[in-house]
Amino acid sequence: MNNDKPLGQALREQGVSRRGFLKFCATTASLMALPPSMVPAIAKALESARRPSVIWLSFQECTGCTESLTRSHAPTVEGLIFDNISLDYHHTLQAAAGHAAEAAREAAMEENKGKYLLVVDGSIPLGNPGYSTIAGISNLEMLKEVAEHAAAIIAVGTCAAYGGLPHANPNPTGAVSVEEIIKDKPIVNVPGCPPIPVVITGVLAHFLTFGKLPELDHLGRPLAFYGNNIHDRCYRRPFYDKGLFANTFDDEGARKGWCLFKLGCKGPVTYNACATTKWNDGTSFPIEAGHGCLGCSEPNFWDMGGFYNALSESTMDLSRTAAVGIAAGAVAGAASGLLNRRKKSQAVAAHETVTVNDLQREEKS
Amino acid sequence: MESSLKVEIGGYHSGNIPPLLHEIRHALRNLLDNGETTTIDLRGLPMAPGEQQQLLEILGKGEVSVQLDALGKSEITESSYAGVWLIIHYNNNGEVMGKFIEITRMPAILETRTADMEESLAALQMRLEEI
Repeated sequence: MNNDKPLGQALREQGVSRRGFLKFCATTASLMALPPSMVPAIAKALESARRPSVIWLSFQECTGCTESLTRSHAPTVEGLIFDNISLDYHHTLQAAAGHAAEAAREAAMEENKGKYLLVVDGSIPLGNPGYSTIAGISNLEMLKEVAEHAAAIIAVGTCAAYGGLPHANPNPTGAVSVEEIIKDKPIVNVPGCPPIPVVITGVLAHFLTFGKLPELDHLGRPLAFYGNNIHDRCYRRPFYDKGLFANTFDDEGARKGWCLFKLGCKGPVTYNACATTKWNDGTSFPIEAGHGCLGCSEPNFWDMGGFYNALSESTMDLSRTAAVGIAAGAVAGAASGLLNRRKKSQAVAAHETVTVNDLQREEKS
Repeated sequence: MESSLKVEIGGYHSGNIPPLLHEIRHALRNLLDNGETTTIDLRGLPMAPGEQQQLLEILGKGEVSVQLDALGKSEITESSYAGVWLIIHYNNNGEVMGKFIEITRMPAILETRTADMEESLAALQMRLEEI
């Protein structure tokens, strides 16, 4: 695909007016959780942004993440962004199959060596390679091959980010996340089961605008969307502060919309944007529908001691979790850790990037 | 058939409306004193069901209401407080893509761009040559 056309020009050729483009920039800033004052700077940056090549690999997954994205009714801002990246390989969405599909992937990798974005959904089985293959190639082999020359990797969904449901105890396939395999590339985790569509596209929009990945938290998640926990941004929070709780799903407290903490809500330990961005065209989110948060954007959410157990009565075996964490750290090894950090920063440095501050400075000059 | 199940809604208060109104008041002062505009993204604020409607009722409708048709409709309405505008962007399916309060003399999206005027001028000149 031709990636040489600037985004502004491509949009105008699709009949998008300049007012339409400004509207696109305003809603893009909103979905990137950037302040509205940044809109002129974003417009300027997006006007000349080039379409990045994207290779999307789906491993052990339910296709829910792709469904989340494609079920946003087109044409949307998300749709426009997807029109303006070059999605060169996505085995669920592409028309090509078999050898033609794999040839498209190889061609995109060759043409955009070192520049393409790799998006992964699904975990990778380390048990029998036959548990999950594409065109006869094991997930592990394909991930390593495509990651080698990627500019950066976006792990979409909790399975790719942390192992997710396949990783749940007893993890029969030996499922692991992307970052447990790839250590020398910038990786951004966009967890959620599934993630909010605008969060997925928000990360892509950030890459389009600034030429780099957004700022991340300690679990590799973009701070713009995962910087606050559900509890702190929940409209039911004042009831928690007053000690007003629903004790069952049909009592007075439930009918009055009181806090769902006692019914197992994981909002206090879950970082995501559901409480403000919401779902289904901003209509609602699980807590607004009367059900506690499951914590689906957190590692090991499936094994957090029961969806309906209050956090204060969690049955999670903390000693086991700590031991697994220590073991994983030991496997990585100090020497390889240093090497990987250096390779990662080289990969980041190899890409010309622009910061929000640069754009603001440019705007003022 | 009407359902016999009745679910109570309303009566939830996140307490976010008064601070938001204060923020608008400060922004209006800033516009008057320094000419600086402010945009507030309503998507970033936690609101209980019904609270956003309550906020819009407090702001009320002023005398200017504009509909823009670019990538779907946009409704641009001046509230009953002059200089405080509500902007709602929809996509082609009528779904809300963004909701903003802009404290400004004129929302930026309504202004005609210089490049558009240049293109219009060229198009008008060509049209005149054909007549």
